[in-house]
Amino acid sequence: MAGISIEQIADDMYQLVAESAGQKKLKSTDLTKAMTSKYGDQVSKQDCKAAIKLLIDSGRCVYGYFGGSSIELPHKEASAN
Amino acid sequence: MSDDLKTPLLDELEKGAWPSFVKDLKSMADKKPMVKDLLGQLEKSYADKRGYWKHGGLVGVMGYGGGVIGRYSALPDEFPGVSHFHTMRVNQPSGWFYTSDALNELFDIWDEHGSGLLNVHGSTGDLVFLGTVTDELEPTFRALTAKNWDLGGSGSDLRTPSCCVGPARCENACYDTLALSYDLTHNYQDELHRPMFNYKYKIKMSGCPNDCTAAIARSDMGIIGIWKDDIQVDQAAFAEYIDSEMDIQGSVVDKCPTGCISVEGKEIKIDNSNCVKCMHCINTLPKALRVGKERGAAITLGAKAPIVEGALFGSVMIPFMDMSNFEDMHDLIDRIWEFWDEHGKNRERIGECIERIGLATFLEGIGLDPVPQMVKQPRDNPYIFYEEYFEEEEEA
Repeated sequence: MAGISIEQIADDMYQLVAESAGQKKLKSTDLTKAMTSKYGDQVSKQDCKAAIKLLIDSGRCVYGYFGGSSIELPHKEASAN
Repeated sequence: MSDDLKTPLLDELEKGAWPSFVKDLKSMADKKPMVKDLLGQLEKSYADKRGYWKHGGLVGVMGYGGGVIGRYSALPDEFPGVSHFHTMRVNQPSGWFYTSDALNELFDIWDEHGSGLLNVHGSTGDLVFLGTVTDELEPTFRALTAKNWDLGGSGSDLRTPSCCVGPARCENACYDTLALSYDLTHNYQDELHRPMFNYKYKIKMSGCPNDCTAAIARSDMGIIGIWKDDIQVDQAAFAEYIDSEMDIQGSVVDKCPTGCISVEGKEIKIDNSNCVKCMHCINTLPKALRVGKERGAAITLGAKAPIVEGALFGSVMIPFMDMSNFEDMHDLIDRIWEFWDEHGKNRERIGECIERIGLATFLEGIGLDPVPQMVKQPRDNPYIFYEEYFEEEEEA
Protein backbone atom coordinates (compact mmCIF):
# COMPACT_ATOMS: atom_id res chain seq x y z
CA MET A 1 0.00 0.00 0.00
CA ALA A 2 1.74 3.15 -1.13
CA GLY A 3 1.72 6.14 1.03
CA ILE A 4 -1.82 7.47 1.76
CA SER A 5 -1.95 7.91 5.50
CA ILE A 6 -5.05 7.33 7.57
CA GLU A 7 -4.90 11.00 8.61
CA GLN A 8 -4.90 12.08 4.95
CA ILE A 9 -7.90 9.90 4.19
CA ALA A 10 -9.67 11.27 7.26
CA ASP A 11 -8.97 14.85 6.13
CA ASP A 12 -10.33 14.11 2.66
CA MET A 13 -13.40 12.51 4.14
CA TYR A 14 -13.93 15.46 6.46
CA GLN A 15 -13.80 17.80 3.50
CA LEU A 16 -16.46 15.76 1.71
CA VAL A 17 -18.69 15.79 4.77
CA ALA A 18 -18.22 19.54 5.22
CA GLU A 19 -18.98 20.25 1.55
CA SER A 20 -22.15 18.20 1.59
CA ALA A 21 -23.42 19.51 4.94
CA GLY A 22 -27.03 20.63 4.64
CA GLN A 23 -27.35 19.15 1.16
CA LYS A 24 -26.68 15.42 1.31
CA LYS A 25 -26.17 13.04 4.18
CA LEU A 26 -23.16 10.87 3.48
CA LYS A 27 -22.96 7.31 4.73
CA SER A 28 -19.89 5.37 5.68
CA THR A 29 -20.06 3.53 2.35
CA ASP A 30 -20.29 6.82 0.40
CA LEU A 31 -17.07 8.03 1.99
CA THR A 32 -15.32 4.72 1.41
CA LYS A 33 -16.35 4.62 -2.24
CA ALA A 34 -15.23 8.23 -2.72
CA MET A 35 -11.80 7.41 -1.32
CA THR A 36 -11.33 4.24 -3.36
CA SER A 37 -12.44 6.19 -6.41
CA LYS A 38 -9.90 8.93 -5.66
CA TYR A 39 -6.94 6.80 -4.62
CA GLY A 40 -7.65 3.45 -6.28
CA ASP A 41 -5.84 0.53 -4.72
CA GLN A 42 -3.69 2.87 -2.66
CA VAL A 43 -6.40 2.73 0.00
CA SER A 44 -8.24 -0.28 1.36
CA LYS A 45 -11.61 -0.58 3.03
CA GLN A 46 -9.79 -1.16 6.29
CA ASP A 47 -7.95 2.16 5.84
CA CYS A 48 -11.28 3.88 5.28
CA LYS A 49 -12.77 2.27 8.37
CA ALA A 50 -9.79 3.45 10.38
CA ALA A 51 -10.13 6.96 8.97
CA ILE A 52 -13.83 7.13 9.87
CA LYS A 53 -13.00 5.88 13.35
CA LEU A 54 -10.45 8.67 13.64
CA LEU A 55 -12.98 11.29 12.55
CA ILE A 56 -15.59 10.08 15.02
CA ASP A 57 -13.29 9.49 17.98
CA SER A 58 -11.72 12.92 17.56
CA GLY A 59 -15.16 14.55 17.59
CA ARG A 60 -14.66 16.21 14.19
CA CYS A 61 -17.66 14.24 12.91
CA VAL A 62 -20.59 12.50 14.54
CA TYR A 63 -22.96 9.75 13.52
CA GLY A 64 -26.45 10.89 12.63
CA TYR A 65 -29.60 8.97 11.90
CA PHE A 66 -32.44 9.89 9.62
CA GLY A 67 -33.88 6.77 8.03
CA GLY A 68 -30.34 5.40 7.80
CA SER A 69 -27.09 6.25 9.55
CA SER A 70 -24.86 8.99 8.21
CA ILE A 71 -21.67 10.83 9.11
CA GLU A 72 -22.15 14.52 9.77
CA LEU A 73 -20.55 17.58 11.25
CA PRO A 74 -21.51 18.12 14.89
CA HIS A 75 -24.45 20.48 15.20
CA LYS A 76 -27.54 21.00 17.29
CA GLU A 77 -30.39 19.14 15.68
CA ALA A 78 -33.67 20.85 14.94
CA SER A 79 -35.73 18.35 16.95
CA ALA A 80 -33.96 19.43 20.13
CA ASN A 81 -35.24 23.00 19.90
CA MET B 1 -50.13 9.18 41.98
CA SER B 2 -51.15 12.62 43.13
CA ASP B 3 -54.60 13.77 42.02
CA ASP B 4 -53.64 16.87 40.04
CA LEU B 5 -53.12 14.88 36.83
CA LYS B 6 -56.32 13.48 35.36
CA THR B 7 -55.95 10.64 32.85
CA PRO B 8 -59.43 9.32 32.08
CA LEU B 9 -58.43 7.76 28.75
CA LEU B 10 -55.34 6.04 30.11
CA ASP B 11 -57.38 4.83 33.06
CA GLU B 12 -59.37 2.71 30.62
CA LEU B 13 -56.23 0.72 29.88
CA GLU B 14 -56.04 -0.35 33.52
CA LYS B 15 -59.34 -2.18 33.24
CA GLY B 16 -59.49 -5.82 32.28
CA ALA B 17 -57.50 -8.91 33.06
CA TRP B 18 -54.08 -7.98 31.74
CA PRO B 19 -51.42 -5.99 33.59
CA SER B 20 -51.22 -2.43 32.30
CA PHE B 21 -48.16 -0.28 31.73
CA VAL B 22 -50.31 2.64 32.89
CA LYS B 23 -50.41 1.18 36.39
CA ASP B 24 -46.62 0.94 36.39
CA LEU B 25 -46.23 4.50 35.15
CA LYS B 26 -48.60 5.83 37.81
CA SER B 27 -46.70 4.00 40.54
CA MET B 28 -43.55 5.86 39.50
CA ALA B 29 -45.09 9.25 38.72
CA ASP B 30 -44.68 10.69 42.21
CA LYS B 31 -41.02 9.74 42.36
CA LYS B 32 -40.11 10.87 38.83
CA PRO B 33 -41.50 14.12 37.38
CA MET B 34 -40.41 12.81 33.97
CA VAL B 35 -42.88 9.93 34.28
CA LYS B 36 -45.67 12.26 35.34
CA ASP B 37 -45.15 14.36 32.23
CA LEU B 38 -44.99 11.19 30.18
CA LEU B 39 -48.47 10.28 31.42
CA GLY B 40 -49.67 13.79 30.68
CA GLN B 41 -48.35 13.78 27.13
CA LEU B 42 -49.71 10.30 26.48
CA GLU B 43 -53.17 11.29 27.73
CA LYS B 44 -53.10 14.33 25.46
CA SER B 45 -52.07 12.13 22.54
CA TYR B 46 -55.02 9.84 23.15
CA ALA B 47 -57.39 12.81 23.45
CA ASP B 48 -56.08 14.55 20.34
CA LYS B 49 -55.53 11.31 18.38
CA ARG B 50 -51.99 12.23 17.39
CA GLY B 51 -48.50 11.56 18.62
CA TYR B 52 -46.30 14.27 20.09
CA TRP B 53 -42.88 12.68 19.78
CA LYS B 54 -40.11 13.93 17.52
CA HIS B 55 -37.29 11.67 16.38
CA GLY B 56 -33.78 12.76 17.26
CA GLY B 57 -30.97 11.79 14.93
CA LEU B 58 -27.76 13.03 16.49
CA VAL B 59 -27.77 12.12 20.16
CA GLY B 60 -25.45 9.34 21.21
CA VAL B 61 -22.34 8.64 23.18
CA MET B 62 -18.80 9.45 22.07
CA GLY B 63 -17.50 7.07 19.43
CA TYR B 64 -20.70 5.10 19.04
CA GLY B 65 -23.23 5.52 16.25
CA GLY B 66 -25.74 3.13 17.75
CA GLY B 67 -27.40 2.28 21.04
CA VAL B 68 -29.20 5.57 21.62
CA ILE B 69 -32.49 6.49 19.98
CA GLY B 70 -33.24 10.18 20.26
CA ARG B 71 -36.73 11.29 21.26
CA TYR B 72 -37.99 14.80 21.94
CA SER B 73 -41.38 16.09 22.92
CA ALA B 74 -43.17 18.31 20.46
CA LEU B 75 -44.73 20.04 23.49
CA PRO B 76 -41.71 20.83 25.68
CA ASP B 77 -43.33 23.86 27.33
CA GLU B 78 -46.39 21.89 28.35
CA PHE B 79 -44.48 18.75 29.37
CA PRO B 80 -40.93 19.85 30.25
CA GLY B 81 -40.15 16.56 31.97
CA VAL B 82 -40.17 14.77 28.63
CA SER B 83 -38.68 17.53 26.49
CA HIS B 84 -35.86 14.97 26.04
CA PHE B 85 -36.87 11.35 26.36
CA HIS B 86 -34.08 9.32 24.78
CA THR B 87 -33.97 5.54 24.73
CA MET B 88 -30.83 3.52 25.36
CA ARG B 89 -30.42 -0.09 24.25
CA VAL B 90 -28.34 -2.20 26.59
CA ASN B 91 -26.68 -5.25 25.06
CA GLN B 92 -28.38 -8.20 26.72
CA PRO B 93 -26.53 -11.27 27.93
CA SER B 94 -26.77 -14.34 25.67
CA GLY B 95 -30.10 -16.07 26.22
CA TRP B 96 -31.26 -13.28 28.56
CA PHE B 97 -29.74 -14.90 31.62
CA TYR B 98 -29.32 -12.41 34.47
CA THR B 99 -28.47 -12.75 38.10
CA SER B 100 -30.54 -10.70 40.55
CA ASP B 101 -27.40 -8.69 41.33
CA ALA B 102 -26.94 -7.88 37.65
CA LEU B 103 -30.52 -6.68 37.30
CA ASN B 104 -30.26 -4.58 40.45
CA GLU B 105 -27.09 -3.06 39.05
CA LEU B 106 -28.95 -1.99 35.91
CA PHE B 107 -31.97 -0.72 37.84
CA ASP B 108 -29.76 1.41 40.11
CA ILE B 109 -27.98 2.95 37.13
CA TRP B 110 -31.25 3.81 35.44
CA ASP B 111 -32.88 5.15 38.61
CA GLU B 112 -29.95 7.51 38.99
CA HIS B 113 -29.62 8.64 35.38
CA GLY B 114 -33.01 8.17 33.71
CA SER B 115 -36.72 7.74 34.15
CA GLY B 116 -36.38 4.34 35.80
CA LEU B 117 -38.65 2.87 33.13
CA LEU B 118 -37.46 -0.29 31.44
CA ASN B 119 -38.50 -2.53 28.62
CA VAL B 120 -37.31 -6.07 29.38
CA HIS B 121 -36.89 -6.94 26.64
CA GLY B 122 -37.49 -4.87 23.54
CA SER B 123 -38.24 -6.58 20.24
CA THR B 124 -34.62 -6.02 19.21
CA GLY B 125 -33.55 -8.34 22.03
CA ASP B 126 -31.83 -5.61 24.01
CA LEU B 127 -32.83 -4.53 27.47
CA VAL B 128 -34.16 -1.04 26.87
CA PHE B 129 -33.78 2.00 29.12
CA LEU B 130 -36.71 4.31 28.34
CA GLY B 131 -36.34 8.03 28.79
CA THR B 132 -33.45 10.25 29.73
CA VAL B 133 -32.07 13.66 28.82
CA THR B 134 -29.12 14.37 26.55
CA ASP B 135 -26.83 15.39 29.41
CA GLU B 136 -27.33 12.05 31.12
CA LEU B 137 -26.34 9.88 28.13
CA GLU B 138 -22.59 9.95 28.73
CA PRO B 139 -22.87 9.47 32.52
CA THR B 140 -25.22 6.52 31.94
CA PHE B 141 -22.81 5.01 29.44
CA ARG B 142 -19.89 5.45 31.84
CA ALA B 143 -21.87 3.82 34.65
CA LEU B 144 -22.78 0.91 32.40
CA THR B 145 -19.29 0.27 31.08
CA ALA B 146 -17.83 0.57 34.59
CA LYS B 147 -19.94 -2.50 35.41
CA ASN B 148 -18.97 -4.28 32.17
CA TRP B 149 -22.23 -3.59 30.35
CA ASP B 150 -22.34 -2.14 26.85
CA LEU B 151 -24.83 -0.53 24.53
CA GLY B 152 -26.48 -2.53 21.76
CA GLY B 153 -26.94 -1.69 18.12
CA SER B 154 -29.23 0.75 16.34
CA GLY B 155 -29.22 2.51 12.99
CA SER B 156 -27.46 1.08 9.95
CA ASP B 157 -25.31 -1.34 11.87
CA LEU B 158 -25.20 -4.89 13.11
CA ARG B 159 -28.03 -5.06 15.60
CA THR B 160 -27.34 -6.77 18.88
CA PRO B 161 -27.07 -10.50 18.14
CA SER B 162 -29.88 -12.35 19.86
CA CYS B 163 -30.28 -16.02 20.74
CA CYS B 164 -32.55 -18.49 22.48
CA VAL B 165 -31.67 -20.17 25.79
CA GLY B 166 -30.04 -22.94 23.77
CA PRO B 167 -28.29 -25.86 25.48
CA ALA B 168 -28.44 -24.06 28.83
CA ARG B 169 -32.06 -25.11 29.29
CA CYS B 170 -33.28 -26.87 26.18
CA GLU B 171 -32.69 -30.47 25.11
CA ASN B 172 -33.56 -29.63 21.51
CA ALA B 173 -30.60 -27.28 20.99
CA CYS B 174 -28.61 -28.47 17.98
CA TYR B 175 -25.73 -26.07 18.61
CA ASP B 176 -24.52 -23.72 21.30
CA THR B 177 -26.52 -20.60 20.53
CA LEU B 178 -25.20 -18.83 23.61
CA ALA B 179 -21.59 -19.33 22.58
CA LEU B 180 -22.23 -18.18 19.02
CA SER B 181 -24.12 -15.09 20.17
CA TYR B 182 -21.25 -14.21 22.51
CA ASP B 183 -18.69 -14.90 19.79
CA LEU B 184 -20.41 -12.75 17.16
CA THR B 185 -21.01 -9.91 19.60
CA HIS B 186 -17.31 -9.76 20.46
CA ASN B 187 -16.00 -10.46 16.98
CA TYR B 188 -18.07 -7.70 15.36
CA GLN B 189 -17.80 -4.86 17.88
CA ASP B 190 -16.99 -2.27 15.20
CA GLU B 191 -19.95 -3.33 13.08
CA LEU B 192 -22.20 -3.23 16.15
CA HIS B 193 -21.24 0.24 17.35
CA ARG B 194 -20.14 2.07 14.21
CA PRO B 195 -22.86 2.09 11.53
CA MET B 196 -21.20 1.17 8.25
CA PHE B 197 -23.89 -0.73 6.36
CA ASN B 198 -26.56 0.24 3.85
CA TYR B 199 -29.12 -0.44 6.53
CA LYS B 200 -29.68 -2.60 9.60
CA TYR B 201 -28.48 -6.21 9.78
CA LYS B 202 -30.04 -8.51 12.35
CA ILE B 203 -28.69 -11.91 13.34
CA LYS B 204 -30.85 -14.20 15.42
CA MET B 205 -29.92 -17.65 16.61
CA SER B 206 -32.33 -20.44 17.45
CA GLY B 207 -31.08 -23.80 18.63
CA CYS B 208 -33.71 -25.87 16.81
CA PRO B 209 -36.49 -25.48 14.23
CA ASN B 210 -38.95 -24.44 16.96
CA ASP B 211 -37.17 -21.12 16.36
CA CYS B 212 -37.91 -19.41 19.67
CA THR B 213 -36.20 -16.20 18.49
CA ALA B 214 -38.40 -16.13 15.35
CA ALA B 215 -35.21 -15.92 13.29
CA ILE B 216 -37.01 -17.10 10.15
CA ALA B 217 -39.26 -14.02 10.25
CA ARG B 218 -37.35 -11.38 12.19
CA SER B 219 -33.72 -11.52 11.18
CA ASP B 220 -31.74 -10.69 8.10
CA MET B 221 -29.66 -13.72 8.99
CA GLY B 222 -31.25 -16.60 10.86
CA ILE B 223 -29.04 -19.35 12.26
CA ILE B 224 -31.42 -22.16 13.09
CA GLY B 225 -30.30 -25.43 14.64
CA ILE B 226 -31.03 -28.58 12.66
CA TRP B 227 -29.92 -32.20 12.38
CA LYS B 228 -29.00 -34.37 9.41
CA ASP B 229 -29.55 -37.90 10.57
CA ASP B 230 -32.61 -39.65 12.01
CA ILE B 231 -34.83 -38.53 14.88
CA GLN B 232 -33.80 -40.48 17.97
CA VAL B 233 -36.56 -42.79 19.19
CA ASP B 234 -37.03 -44.39 22.60
CA GLN B 235 -39.60 -47.09 21.78
CA ALA B 236 -40.15 -47.99 25.47
CA ALA B 237 -41.08 -44.39 26.25
CA PHE B 238 -43.34 -44.34 23.18
CA ALA B 239 -45.10 -47.46 24.42
CA GLU B 240 -45.82 -45.60 27.67
CA TYR B 241 -47.54 -42.85 25.67
CA ILE B 242 -49.67 -45.53 24.00
CA ASP B 243 -50.49 -47.05 27.39
CA SER B 244 -51.49 -43.64 28.71
CA GLU B 245 -54.23 -43.61 26.05
CA MET B 246 -52.91 -40.45 24.46
CA ASP B 247 -54.47 -39.82 21.03
CA ILE B 248 -51.29 -40.51 19.07
CA GLN B 249 -53.13 -40.74 15.75
CA GLY B 250 -54.90 -37.39 16.12
CA SER B 251 -52.17 -35.50 17.97
CA VAL B 252 -49.11 -36.71 16.12
CA VAL B 253 -49.59 -38.97 13.09
CA ASP B 254 -52.32 -36.94 11.39
CA LYS B 255 -50.50 -33.67 12.06
CA CYS B 256 -47.20 -34.68 10.47
CA PRO B 257 -46.99 -32.31 7.47
CA THR B 258 -45.36 -34.91 5.22
CA GLY B 259 -47.20 -37.94 6.55
CA CYS B 260 -43.96 -39.69 7.38
CA ILE B 261 -45.07 -41.15 10.73
CA SER B 262 -46.91 -44.40 11.29
CA VAL B 263 -47.61 -46.57 14.33
CA GLU B 264 -47.41 -50.35 14.38
CA GLY B 265 -48.65 -51.82 17.64
CA LYS B 266 -46.73 -49.90 20.29
CA GLU B 267 -43.91 -48.87 17.94
CA ILE B 268 -43.50 -45.58 16.10
CA LYS B 269 -42.04 -45.66 12.58
CA ILE B 270 -40.60 -42.49 11.02
CA ASP B 271 -39.62 -42.16 7.38
CA ASN B 272 -36.78 -39.75 8.10
CA SER B 273 -36.03 -39.19 4.40
CA ASN B 274 -39.34 -37.33 4.18
CA CYS B 275 -39.13 -35.51 7.52
CA VAL B 276 -39.09 -31.72 7.16
CA LYS B 277 -37.99 -31.11 10.77
CA CYS B 278 -41.18 -29.31 11.77
CA MET B 279 -40.61 -30.43 15.40
CA HIS B 280 -44.28 -31.22 16.03
CA CYS B 281 -43.78 -34.89 16.92
CA ILE B 282 -40.74 -34.14 19.09
CA ASN B 283 -42.61 -31.38 20.92
CA THR B 284 -45.63 -33.61 21.47
CA LEU B 285 -43.71 -36.73 22.51
CA PRO B 286 -40.65 -35.29 24.26
CA LYS B 287 -39.98 -38.45 26.30
CA ALA B 288 -39.92 -40.70 23.25
CA LEU B 289 -38.42 -38.55 20.49
CA ARG B 290 -35.31 -36.40 20.33
CA VAL B 291 -33.52 -34.47 17.63
CA GLY B 292 -30.85 -36.44 15.75
CA LYS B 293 -27.22 -36.75 16.73
CA GLU B 294 -25.57 -35.15 13.69
CA ARG B 295 -26.31 -31.56 14.56
CA GLY B 296 -25.54 -28.17 13.05
CA ALA B 297 -27.46 -25.16 11.75
CA ALA B 298 -29.35 -24.00 8.68
CA ILE B 299 -28.66 -20.45 7.58
CA THR B 300 -31.50 -18.30 6.30
CA LEU B 301 -31.20 -14.84 4.80
CA GLY B 302 -33.53 -11.99 4.10
CA ALA B 303 -36.36 -11.80 6.63
CA LYS B 304 -37.62 -8.33 7.40
CA ALA B 305 -40.64 -6.24 8.37
CA PRO B 306 -42.38 -4.12 5.73
CA ILE B 307 -40.49 -0.83 5.37
CA VAL B 308 -39.04 -0.16 1.92
CA GLU B 309 -40.48 -3.34 0.36
CA GLY B 310 -43.05 -5.72 1.82
CA ALA B 311 -42.37 -8.16 4.63
CA LEU B 312 -40.20 -11.15 3.79
CA PHE B 313 -39.51 -14.48 5.37
CA GLY B 314 -35.95 -15.65 5.36
CA SER B 315 -35.03 -18.27 2.80
CA VAL B 316 -32.46 -21.01 3.11
CA MET B 317 -28.95 -20.19 1.94
CA ILE B 318 -27.10 -23.05 3.61
CA PRO B 319 -29.16 -26.12 4.54
CA PHE B 320 -26.59 -27.44 7.00
CA MET B 321 -23.47 -25.93 8.52
CA ASP B 322 -21.24 -27.63 11.03
CA MET B 323 -21.18 -25.49 14.18
CA SER B 324 -18.34 -27.13 16.06
CA ASN B 325 -16.34 -23.97 15.43
CA PHE B 326 -17.42 -20.56 14.23
CA GLU B 327 -14.72 -19.80 11.66
CA ASP B 328 -16.92 -20.79 8.72
CA MET B 329 -19.66 -18.52 10.10
CA HIS B 330 -17.31 -15.54 10.28
CA ASP B 331 -16.19 -16.22 6.73
CA LEU B 332 -19.77 -16.43 5.46
CA ILE B 333 -20.84 -13.24 7.24
CA ASP B 334 -17.81 -11.36 5.92
CA ARG B 335 -18.55 -12.45 2.34
CA ILE B 336 -22.21 -11.46 2.61
CA TRP B 337 -21.37 -8.04 4.03
CA GLU B 338 -18.70 -7.46 1.39
CA PHE B 339 -21.21 -8.16 -1.37
CA TRP B 340 -23.99 -6.11 0.24
CA ASP B 341 -21.60 -3.24 0.80
CA GLU B 342 -20.66 -3.27 -2.86
CA HIS B 343 -24.07 -3.83 -4.45
CA GLY B 344 -26.69 -2.74 -1.90
CA LYS B 345 -28.57 0.54 -2.11
CA ASN B 346 -29.20 3.00 0.69
CA ARG B 347 -31.80 1.60 3.14
CA GLU B 348 -31.92 -1.70 1.31
CA ARG B 349 -31.89 -4.78 3.50
CA ILE B 350 -29.98 -7.85 2.40
CA GLY B 351 -33.22 -9.68 1.47
CA GLU B 352 -34.34 -6.79 -0.72
CA CYS B 353 -30.90 -6.64 -2.31
CA ILE B 354 -31.10 -10.35 -3.20
CA GLU B 355 -34.63 -9.90 -4.59
CA ARG B 356 -33.45 -6.99 -6.75
CA ILE B 357 -30.29 -8.48 -8.19
CA GLY B 358 -31.43 -12.09 -8.26
CA LEU B 359 -30.39 -15.10 -6.24
CA ALA B 360 -28.04 -16.44 -8.92
CA THR B 361 -25.99 -13.23 -8.97
CA PHE B 362 -25.90 -13.12 -5.19
CA LEU B 363 -24.74 -16.73 -4.89
CA GLU B 364 -22.03 -16.17 -7.45
CA GLY B 365 -20.98 -13.03 -5.62
CA ILE B 366 -20.52 -14.71 -2.27
CA GLY B 367 -19.20 -17.97 -3.70
CA LEU B 368 -22.01 -20.34 -2.78
CA ASP B 369 -23.17 -23.18 -5.02
CA PRO B 370 -26.92 -23.43 -5.62
CA VAL B 371 -28.66 -26.33 -3.88
CA PRO B 372 -32.27 -27.56 -4.12
CA GLN B 373 -33.09 -26.38 -0.60
CA MET B 374 -32.79 -22.77 -1.83
CA VAL B 375 -35.87 -23.16 -4.04
CA LYS B 376 -38.72 -21.24 -2.44
CA GLN B 377 -41.39 -21.91 -5.05
CA PRO B 378 -41.77 -23.23 -8.59
CA ARG B 379 -40.41 -20.71 -11.05
CA ASP B 380 -42.92 -18.40 -12.75
CA ASN B 381 -40.54 -16.91 -15.28
CA PRO B 382 -40.50 -18.92 -18.55
CA TYR B 383 -37.49 -17.05 -19.92
CA ILE B 384 -34.61 -19.09 -18.56
CA PHE B 385 -31.67 -19.41 -20.92
CA TYR B 386 -29.20 -22.22 -20.67
CA GLU B 387 -26.78 -21.27 -23.46
CA GLU B 388 -23.86 -20.51 -21.19
CA TYR B 389 -24.20 -23.90 -19.53
CA PHE B 390 -24.32 -25.66 -22.91
CA GLU B 391 -21.20 -23.77 -23.93
CA GLU B 392 -19.41 -24.86 -20.81
CA GLU B 393 -20.40 -28.46 -21.46
CA GLU B 394 -19.26 -28.28 -25.07
CA GLU B 395 -15.93 -26.80 -24.03
CA ALA B 396 -15.48 -29.55 -21.49
